[in-house]
Amino acid sequence: MNLFEHLLDPANWSGAEGIPARIGEHLTYSVAAMALAMVIALPLGILIGHTRRGNLLVAGLANATRALPTLGLLVLVVLLLGTGMLPVVLALAVLAIPPILNSTVVGFRTADPDAVLAAAAMGMTGGQQIRQVELPLASPLIMSGLRSATLQVIATATVAAMAASGGLGRYVLDGQKRADGYPEMVTGALLVMVWALVADLLLGALTRVAQRRSSGRRRVRTDLFDTDEAEPGPDTRNKGASA
Amino acid sequence: MNEFLDFDWIRRNTGVIADLTVQHLLWSLIAVAVGLALALPIGYLVHRTGRAAGFLLAVAGLLYAIPSIALFVAMPLVLGSKILDPINVIGALTVYTFALLVRSVSDGFADVDPQVRQSAVAVGYGPIRRVLGVEFPLALPVIFSGLRVATVSTISLVAVGAVIGNGALGQLFDRGFQSGFATPIIVGIVVILVMALLADGLILLIQGIMLPWFGLGPRSGGRGRLRRLVGAPR
Repeated sequence: MNLFEHLLDPANWSGAEGIPARIGEHLTYSVAAMALAMVIALPLGILIGHTRRGNLLVAGLANATRALPTLGLLVLVVLLLGTGMLPVVLALAVLAIPPILNSTVVGFRTADPDAVLAAAAMGMTGGQQIRQVELPLASPLIMSGLRSATLQVIATATVAAMAASGGLGRYVLDGQKRADGYPEMVTGALLVMVWALVADLLLGALTRVAQRRSSGRRRVRTDLFDTDEAEPGPDTRNKGASA
Repeated sequence: MNEFLDFDWIRRNTGVIADLTVQHLLWSLIAVAVGLALALPIGYLVHRTGRAAGFLLAVAGLLYAIPSIALFVAMPLVLGSKILDPINVIGALTVYTFALLVRSVSDGFADVDPQVRQSAVAVGYGPIRRVLGVEFPLALPVIFSGLRVATVSTISLVAVGAVIGNGALGQLFDRGFQSGFATPIIVGIVVILVMALLADGLILLIQGIMLPWFGLGPRSGGRGRLRRLVGAPR
């Protein structure tokens, strides 16, 4: 049995159930879920981080969702709302919100309080403080939150196949039902692995750019005012289960 | 039969639920225990290797980025097992715990104040006694926080094994979905959540007993604090 016979068979590379279509579905689920999660979690995180209220709630939420079985949540949502794109995207977004929210709040909390105070003293409005001081300083942590949320979403989108949806998990599930289906399972596993690693490396590079930019600004500031403020570049990704 | 929560079904199936719970707990326990047993010595060695450490930890990070389904499917190739064998799920989750804990262990040892290490040498501690008696206890807080993340996520990930046909309590998700019946799914979610939170509490308790000087609250200052605020020791 050739492990890659399914992946390399040209017949599997076209049509509504072909590999490009499955990759497209997987990407659509992931991007839509991430977009939805960001629209909800980023403003909320910025609000909580700026006002410094509700920190405990965010930390508790982050811990509780790590324990939540993703497969169960997904299957339950699809069972109650019906199959289709929307329920899957909703369930995936629910899983992506806590890591983004948590890292945004922590990013704001670890932004140098003196810098924020100085900004306020110079007469910056709340919005200006957020845009010009807190967001740049928090950006490395926010990026790392987005990175772990993306991995979580890509991994869980695979599991969505069990809730009667498309995506690359389809190959794993369909292959598992047949006696000679292992090459088909390998196709799904291999492609989703490649997607996850590409996304991880890409977002990792973006995180480093954000880190360099935020510490670059800080270096200018320390040169000018001769303080010995030097935060370690945090590679603190909020890692939990990547279903 | 389409009620949201059917207590009669739960009563009739307590035996099955209990069996699956024991299975679930056992698989998680094996994965975490083996992962930890491998990560302790190797994490220390990674910490000691200096420059190579960055590379080794990057590899561990990449391992962690692989979705569990992909790892479950790959396991028969690595272990030579059958696809329905529970060893695939246990093996893949062991890889995860190992990848996560290797990082915590090496970070934990890196967190030890060099002056403390030098003091231990100065009062005549040999290498073994220094590592086991001084450095290891001081590295434990970071190791414990990694262990908590690894345990909780392992318990919730075992269920994903249901997609490849074998996931202990995850079986309930499959069963509920196939028959369009929410009760087994809700029971599965609740039992897994409670199990994960209890395990987390138990580890915290053990930490409190083993490290009475550390207390249960967050440590003040240092990289360890930032890491704890964000959650996982990455």
